[in-house]
Amino acid sequence: MLEKKTKIYWLFILPGCLFLTFFMLIPLFSLIFKTFMDEGGAFSLGNYFALLESTYFKQVFWRSIRLSLISTAVCAVLGFPTAYYISKYAKNKGMLMALAVFPMFTSPVIRSFSWMVILGKKGIVNDLLVQSGIVAKPISLLYNEFSMVVGFIQLFLPLMILSLIGIMDNISDDLNLAAGSLGASRMEVFRQVILPLSIPGLVTGSVLVFTGCLTAYTTPQLLGGTDTRVLATLIYQQAMSLGDWTQASAVAVVMIVITILVSHVINRISRKLNPTI
Amino acid sequence: MKKSKSLLIITLLVYVFLIGPLLVIMAASFSDTTYLKFPGEGFTLRWYEQILKVKSFGSAAKNSIIIAFAGTFVALLLGLPAAYALNRYRFGGKEFIKSLFLSPVLIPVIVLGFVMLRYVVNRFKLPALPSLLIGHTILSIPYVMRVVTSSLANFDFSMEEAAKILGAGNIYTFFHILLPNIKSGIVSACIMAMINSFNNVSLSAFLTSAGVSMLPIEMMAYVEYHFDPTIAALATLLMVITLGVMLVIEKTLGLKSVV
Repeated sequence: MLEKKTKIYWLFILPGCLFLTFFMLIPLFSLIFKTFMDEGGAFSLGNYFALLESTYFKQVFWRSIRLSLISTAVCAVLGFPTAYYISKYAKNKGMLMALAVFPMFTSPVIRSFSWMVILGKKGIVNDLLVQSGIVAKPISLLYNEFSMVVGFIQLFLPLMILSLIGIMDNISDDLNLAAGSLGASRMEVFRQVILPLSIPGLVTGSVLVFTGCLTAYTTPQLLGGTDTRVLATLIYQQAMSLGDWTQASAVAVVMIVITILVSHVINRISRKLNPTI
Repeated sequence: MKKSKSLLIITLLVYVFLIGPLLVIMAASFSDTTYLKFPGEGFTLRWYEQILKVKSFGSAAKNSIIIAFAGTFVALLLGLPAAYALNRYRFGGKEFIKSLFLSPVLIPVIVLGFVMLRYVVNRFKLPALPSLLIGHTILSIPYVMRVVTSSLANFDFSMEEAAKILGAGNIYTFFHILLPNIKSGIVSACIMAMINSFNNVSLSAFLTSAGVSMLPIEMMAYVEYHFDPTIAALATLLMVITLGVMLVIEKTLGLKSVV
């Protein structure tokens, strides 16, 4: 590196820094600051107490957490074997990776539409259910928590698969062979070698899926109903339909705090568990 | 291999779940019925014609394309020099500056949209198009930062010095030595950023106004009132374009460099 007494680097950094400070940081801190004030401008936790006292907010909050957790768990369960197969067995790995990336490049609006077609009253799932006699007439599969979770899983499963493949590709096949030649069964190799070594990928993937679900707006907006609001749709509704900017701000702060907390705390724990990362 | 067989079945089912719905939408776009349906009935291309007749789609698509290109371009103007300086020079506070440029990915986009509406757009009475440009630029900056930083990490800065010793000026060195070496990184960062911007809903939902809309927002508004195959036709069209972009990336840079 050149060790001149030059200050030119400031010219390179400053425009971006100013842009982000002016249009993102200052607005963000104004928002956070404002939530800790009452109407007169004095310090107050009133906005947060109001949230705590609101049964509606608590419902929405726990629904968000619950649906995100369920979606993350399903993504992990489905993503793990899939990633393992692609990383270790698949001959057409590039093709499978590309097919996992394609939905990620496709608008969440389109992906939610497709579920509206599939799960709708006239959709293929209802056709099959009626034809097979399981139900007498089409049932409502849309605009509830079920359709939201389905949408979330399809939205974020590729992230889980790609995070896991990234880690599994680095697990040497020699470890597999060594464990096998020392007498471990396939299941034991999986449980004692592959699974522990894949934890970092699982953690990264889970954090991405969880925070993704928690903050997603399009999917719950299109596949959820008015009585299945989540944090993201609540912010939008309070700000744009009800004009309650203060409450919307407090909910936004709650969302930021959870997102940052989850990604930091979980990453820290995983680093403690596996110091080699 | 016995084990790989059960794994294969799970993998296939997962892919049916991931890709199947997209194929359903594609198939439904040819259905000769007045509402969106799968399996469809008959075969028609009239829904593709219908896309052109929906006026709001045209102007929204134009805005979406303009904002995707312009936002990414501004992000590049702001991010590239910063990434360069962070790799090239030694100074304090690097970690902080780097996390500032990457921070937009940490903040939920829906919050970013709300914050911008309340504290930038409303405060400075900004019209919709510039606000969308600013918002989408913020979204794109982390992409530029991440990818360019990693391609600069592989760049040998002594090449730059060699060029200067041989008498090349700063600008010549930048365009003829540095840029060609990190070109593929820049291109993949831009493509990722543009796709992300084009598909964004959460930010645009707050920043669009009555006259100025974006394509995903108009698509959502459209299905609220009409649930006909027009929307499936438009979705299919967009997916075909996405597929084309992916093929081009694969042929030129390799998909691996993008994701």
